[in-house]
Amino acid sequence: MIIKQISIFLENVAGRLAEVTKLLAKHEINIRAMTIADTADFGILRIVVDQPEKALKALRDGGFTAKTTEVLAVEVEDKPGGLARVMEIFQQTHVNIEYLYVSLEKNKDKAVVIFKVEDLKLGQKIVEEHGLGGTVSF
Amino acid sequence: MIWNPEAECMPPEQRRRLQLAHLKNLVERVYEKVPFYRKKFQQAGITPKDIRSLEDIQKIPFTTKDELRETYPYGLLAVPEAEIEEVHMSSGTTGTPVVDAYTKKDIDVWSESMARTLAMAGTTRNDIIQNAYGYGLFTGGLGVHYGAKLIGANIIPMSSGNTSKQILVMRDFKTTILTCTPSYSLFLAEAAKEEGIDIRSLSLKAGCFGAEPWSENMRKEIEEKLGLQAYDIYGLTEITGPGVSSECEMKNGLHINEDFFYPEVIDPETGKVLPDGAKGELVFTTLVKEGTPLLRYRTRDITFLFHDECPCGRTTVKMHRLFGRTDDMLIIRGVNVFPSQIEQILMAVEGTDPHYLIVVERGASHLDELEIMVEVEAKFFTDETRGLETIRSKIEHEIKSKLGISARIKLVEPKTIERSIGKAKRVIDKRKI
Ligand SMILES: [Zn+2]
Repeated sequence: MIIKQISIFLENVAGRLAEVTKLLAKHEINIRAMTIADTADFGILRIVVDQPEKALKALRDGGFTAKTTEVLAVEVEDKPGGLARVMEIFQQTHVNIEYLYVSLEKNKDKAVVIFKVEDLKLGQKIVEEHGLGGTVSF
Repeated sequence: MIWNPEAECMPPEQRRRLQLAHLKNLVERVYEKVPFYRKKFQQAGITPKDIRSLEDIQKIPFTTKDELRETYPYGLLAVPEAEIEEVHMSSGTTGTPVVDAYTKKDIDVWSESMARTLAMAGTTRNDIIQNAYGYGLFTGGLGVHYGAKLIGANIIPMSSGNTSKQILVMRDFKTTILTCTPSYSLFLAEAAKEEGIDIRSLSLKAGCFGAEPWSENMRKEIEEKLGLQAYDIYGLTEITGPGVSSECEMKNGLHINEDFFYPEVIDPETGKVLPDGAKGELVFTTLVKEGTPLLRYRTRDITFLFHDECPCGRTTVKMHRLFGRTDDMLIIRGVNVFPSQIEQILMAVEGTDPHYLIVVERGASHLDELEIMVEVEAKFFTDETRGLETIRSKIEHEIKSKLGISARIKLVEPKTIERSIGKAKRVIDKRKI
């Protein structure tokens, strides 16, 4: 299913990351997934939280540049070959992946993986057709 | 060596009579030929007849750089277009260039001024001048070239850059006089060292350095590292180019070629003329200029004038080495840059009114390094590093193509850049010059 991810610009990744987590803790926001893309000069922190609207407001009020992006939460069987199967489906159906990362979420014996895809609508359709994430919730 | 003792060592009283005659002639010419000036005279309620003494020049309104831009390209032309033999221009704040158009006689005056400048640094017809000022619309390259031609010295028109070849030529053609920006001279010295060449052991004896701010400390460093005598030269495109003033062997102030360029120093706030020794804004009137004459042009450069009995024998008024500017113009590797130009580029690329800070440093390479810190705002923030990298390289590219300088763009978090009350601090100049 489609969920909201929050992206945050971090100039100094190491030092500022702690401030983000501290800020979210203060607002009692639970981080469910997290990844960092960084370059030599700056980084982008991507998180999935239980209360995205509240988190976005808290971050912006706290002086961070942040925005929400829609991503796909996909259920992947937690066993060898689980991710490979999903990747193969996406490849065959021409769903182009920009990046992906795993979440802490678990749905029975399935892991939840966050996918940022080029064409969100197409991705959503394929996920539904293949029963890959209908019941995920954060 | 004094190139033109008659003009440069003329008794001051005699020179003042000459200046007055030139001034009277100038105001009559521009009043008749240039509607822009006639209108200004009329608004000030004066006619050329009101200029009866040199002091009367204070009745004439100032001319500003903005006015030069507004009259682009030929609004100040005082001769028929066919009389123009050469045009130079410098970039302005808004991208509209500032034009200087020269008649045959204007080029002769420029050549004469530059011959005096080069001669002050000891140049004779036996010298080999390596000219590493840029040739083109910039006046540095051709200005030196014309002066060298008049002296009859051997001029090697290297233009700027191409460092390895500069060193090769300097060694193989036994260059005696180097002309370039002061920072480039130090860059050359370092580069020569890296190539295993001792630049001090070559034939260099003097250098004419200008087009960017420098200091006594830098002079010491240049003289030591290159093994030559370093002279400060001054000029600006609007007022002919280099050759307006330069140092003699005393290295104590720059002799102004005041028979051509009449200087005043004013209080930039009130416009009042200041006495010798008082710091203020330098103003020039081009006494003999035919193509695009300037009356009381405000240079925005800060200095003071002084009369001394210079042991060199010249009687011309001197100006102190520049102290700075009345505006926020930066000179980076000889290129004039205004923060507002950078702001416009940022706005065009990002579509927002960005918070930014310009940091200028003179690094280990001795060349000016420009870094621009830009706060990342929600409006142009993208979820992907690629998106931000694209914005960054686009800004770098735009600055390179529009301003002709390389800048490093550093993306920073909001509120990183200090907000000051009133006018934002846009520039930190860390150069030790
Ligand atoms: Zn002197």
